[in-house]
Amino acid sequence: MTAFSLPPSGVSRRSAFSLWDLVVVLLVLGVLVFLAEASRGLMQPLPEPGAEVISLDPSALPEYALRTSLRMLAAMVLSLLFTFTYATWAAKSQRAEQVLIPLLDILQSVPILGFISVTAVFFMSLAPGRVLGAEFAAIFAIFTSQAWNMAFSFYQSLRTVPRELVEASHSFRLSPWMRFWKLEAPFAMPALIWNMMMSMSGGWFFVVASEAISVGDTTVTLPGIGSYIALAIAQRDLGAIGWAIATMLVVILIYDQLLFRPLVAWADRFRFEQEAGVAPPRSWVLNALRRSWLLSLAVVPLGTAWRWTYRMEGAPTYPAPIIAREGKAAAWADRFWYTTITLVCLLALWKIIAFVLEDVTPAEVGTAVLFGLATMVRVFVLIALASIIWVPVGVWLGLRPEAARIAQPIAQFMAAFPANLLFPLAVSAIVVLRLDPDIWLSPLMILGTQWYILFNVIAGASTIPSELRDIGTNLHVRGWLWWKRIALPAVFPFYMTGAITASGGSWNASIVAEIATWGDTTLKAHGLGAYIAEATEGGDFHRIVLGIAVMSAFVVVINRAFWRPLYALAERKFRFG
Amino acid sequence: MATTPLLDIRGIRKSFRRPDGGELLVLDGIDLTLAEGEIVGLLGRSGSGKSTLLRLIAGLSAPAAGSISYLGQTVTAPPRGIAMVFQGFALFPWLTVLENVQLGLEALGLPPDEIRSRAIAAIDLIGLDGFESAYPRELSGGMRQRVGFARALVVHPNILLMDEPFSALDVLTAETLRTDFLDLWSEGQLPIKGVILVTHNIEEAVLMCDRILVFGSNPGRILKEITVELPHPRARLDPNFRDLVERIYVEMTARPDAAPAGKRLERFPGAGIGSILPPVSSNLLAGLLEAVAAPPYDGKADLPVIAASLHMEIDDLFPVAETLQMLRFAEVAGGDISLTAEGRHFAGSGTDERKRLFAQHLLSYVALAAHIRRVLDARPNHRAPWSRFADELEDHMSPDAADQTLRAIIGLGRYAEVFAYDDHAHVFSLDNP
Repeated sequence: MTAFSLPPSGVSRRSAFSLWDLVVVLLVLGVLVFLAEASRGLMQPLPEPGAEVISLDPSALPEYALRTSLRMLAAMVLSLLFTFTYATWAAKSQRAEQVLIPLLDILQSVPILGFISVTAVFFMSLAPGRVLGAEFAAIFAIFTSQAWNMAFSFYQSLRTVPRELVEASHSFRLSPWMRFWKLEAPFAMPALIWNMMMSMSGGWFFVVASEAISVGDTTVTLPGIGSYIALAIAQRDLGAIGWAIATMLVVILIYDQLLFRPLVAWADRFRFEQEAGVAPPRSWVLNALRRSWLLSLAVVPLGTAWRWTYRMEGAPTYPAPIIAREGKAAAWADRFWYTTITLVCLLALWKIIAFVLEDVTPAEVGTAVLFGLATMVRVFVLIALASIIWVPVGVWLGLRPEAARIAQPIAQFMAAFPANLLFPLAVSAIVVLRLDPDIWLSPLMILGTQWYILFNVIAGASTIPSELRDIGTNLHVRGWLWWKRIALPAVFPFYMTGAITASGGSWNASIVAEIATWGDTTLKAHGLGAYIAEATEGGDFHRIVLGIAVMSAFVVVINRAFWRPLYALAERKFRFG
Repeated sequence: MATTPLLDIRGIRKSFRRPDGGELLVLDGIDLTLAEGEIVGLLGRSGSGKSTLLRLIAGLSAPAAGSISYLGQTVTAPPRGIAMVFQGFALFPWLTVLENVQLGLEALGLPPDEIRSRAIAAIDLIGLDGFESAYPRELSGGMRQRVGFARALVVHPNILLMDEPFSALDVLTAETLRTDFLDLWSEGQLPIKGVILVTHNIEEAVLMCDRILVFGSNPGRILKEITVELPHPRARLDPNFRDLVERIYVEMTARPDAAPAGKRLERFPGAGIGSILPPVSSNLLAGLLEAVAAPPYDGKADLPVIAASLHMEIDDLFPVAETLQMLRFAEVAGGDISLTAEGRHFAGSGTDERKRLFAQHLLSYVALAAHIRRVLDARPNHRAPWSRFADELEDHMSPDAADQTLRAIIGLGRYAEVFAYDDHAHVFSLDNP
């Protein structure tokens, strides 16, 4: 035995009640109160149409913020459940993979606000006359803005678990359940948490858009910041909008401090490759939790219970990929499987076309495609403009570590901030100055998404090896040549990641950005987003489905034909190492 | 006494399915037994299927034919009682040393107290005390592999499988770890009854093993069984040790006595269009030619000697030597490498003459290079896509091997300036040759 004995894992040796325990108690109590408060309203009946449910009094905002954040949290939990099941299934079963992954790809391209229009009525009918149904609809909408990229990231991580670790886990006879929690989930964790943060950023945008929505005769007004804003717009109350923006800033800051920073700091140990010299992320909340004696007391039995589940499973068998499917039976099963898939797809296609054409002439399909082209031009022009501005700025910042340290969190914060809160300010300006909505509404689409370009470029520029920069200086490479040969190629892969995210986000944002109201003034740009928004307002499901289908098709085609080849090029040619 | 051996392997055959539906045979007709108290070495070059065999024994994959029985039981899943040490350590970076070592015990569902005491005992045994709470990234390679050993030993396996466990370590660290392992083994302190060691390092095999099985490639098979009767501890400079190393070098460079049916017996084998080319840089070719041409070798060198002086292992040295043989700049036999007249001429020439000579030999003796050049010459625009040749090669070899072979021929072709290749467009051409 060693000279000293180790403390039982998880329990710190200090048993005295520390300051950190106080912090933890306060945090836990706060969370409990928060949950209780926010869930109280769920079972209440829906208010009468036209009843005043939202108050523009700023003192109501903390409660609204609470309700809004809870919706976000609920959607995040759902997204995680979805991720763990859907992505794991896709990664483990070859047949499931062939369907689930392309499906995920399509789902990612469907405009998120489209989901709300189509599903709101369904969810309301689940709990008729209660707030719960409307909450379901809103939470589902947020879920659709969060789940897909998380599932994708998890699936990709599961597919890239290092082979030796997989072999070691088989060789030491870990059951599939234990392997999932000891190997696969930890390996996927850093990428998953990064995607959770991205999802959360997107989620804020849609939580605001999904709280106050009317699909035809069905009107959903849930107490929350989004409804508050909607009312403020209807009443042209700039002061109230200011309050809402301030509240949102605080909410995002709190989420960042209490949820994501601790998560990122905690997940740091799951990173597989450790770059030397990078300071590990820190979080005061995580420190508090780690140092708290009370918490360790509570966690130890949980840990024991968890480990107990590892023993539940039976004897291990050969690792799955080894067992090759052989023989005629498997071939027939394959054929049957593919035929079924093809039939289901054809049926779905036929149903959609039939449904749309019930009320829509083929000429209008052409119109929708033209609108799609208009929106596409907007998105591309805006991405180009944003790139011209943010790439040089990002490179400049990224090469200066002190500047990058300050700018990076700000850019990420701006990306998380729901830009639609700022729309009323812009719209009121357009109304007052009598500008052309076809042009001036467009920048709203990229207001929130341009930051992805900025913070990715900053990240890229800060990873340019110092040797490359030194050789540039040494050879007197300056001016345009420096940009062309050193800076731009180095940040290109990172820029591509940012631009793809920004483009996807802008398509989504077009539904709220191309049509805007300020009091009783409505501004409309010609585009597919406005087309869907109008159809939603009129409760015209044929046109909603048409609009969504056309937009999904646009996004899929642009991704396949434009972004993916570019991204592959960036990865192949410009990635270091 | 003639009890059941620890491990009994009969007629193992393993193949991988190729994308086009064909079969790629990687192991054929393998018989092996492991008795109690034995360390058996599987020695061969990369691609000889020895790691594949180890994974079959570990129950990580299933053989196509033949049987593997462990203590009389057929292996159908990773068996209790067989533990493995990995080349890349395969530690879980998010678990501490202690947690890594406990992993296998937790999977066995033992009581927590026993898990803990056994893990700490294994950590002490392998010389890791004080590092229990460290994460793998905080440790050096040698300490990481100690964790790998502790993790394998803690489950008290009967058989320990080692997959090139020292090859990712530097020379000194590897030697310390080997010696520590052998000390524990010969003192009977390890809970294991037999060891199978996969290695491509001849000296390592002679240092550690009681029996060495020399593997050949295409398909992987056992060429020779060599019993090592030197007493422990073995000294590398002992003449008997050197003799044995030399003997194994001779075995490994021996030409097959009888050519397998359907293959021509050539003085310089391996230049047909279907042969897999190893990735060898032209720098290494020139370097080895110069080294052998220079004193003290003067054109003929003993492979173990020159390997030691150049700090190269057989996996590094053999492909270079064989490529030189294929280009007829050198001949490899009987554990020796000797330069041909052209080889000496190459070593004594300047860049331009070297390139001319190299191009001439490449086109004359390497069928694939000549073939590519011919295709390019015949086409009006002197261009041909990668897939033109990749498809052709895949009739003879796996897609990975075809990829590697094309990469290798591109490297040689570029050096010889007999054709050019644009990796962006995946096109071979005669541009600026």
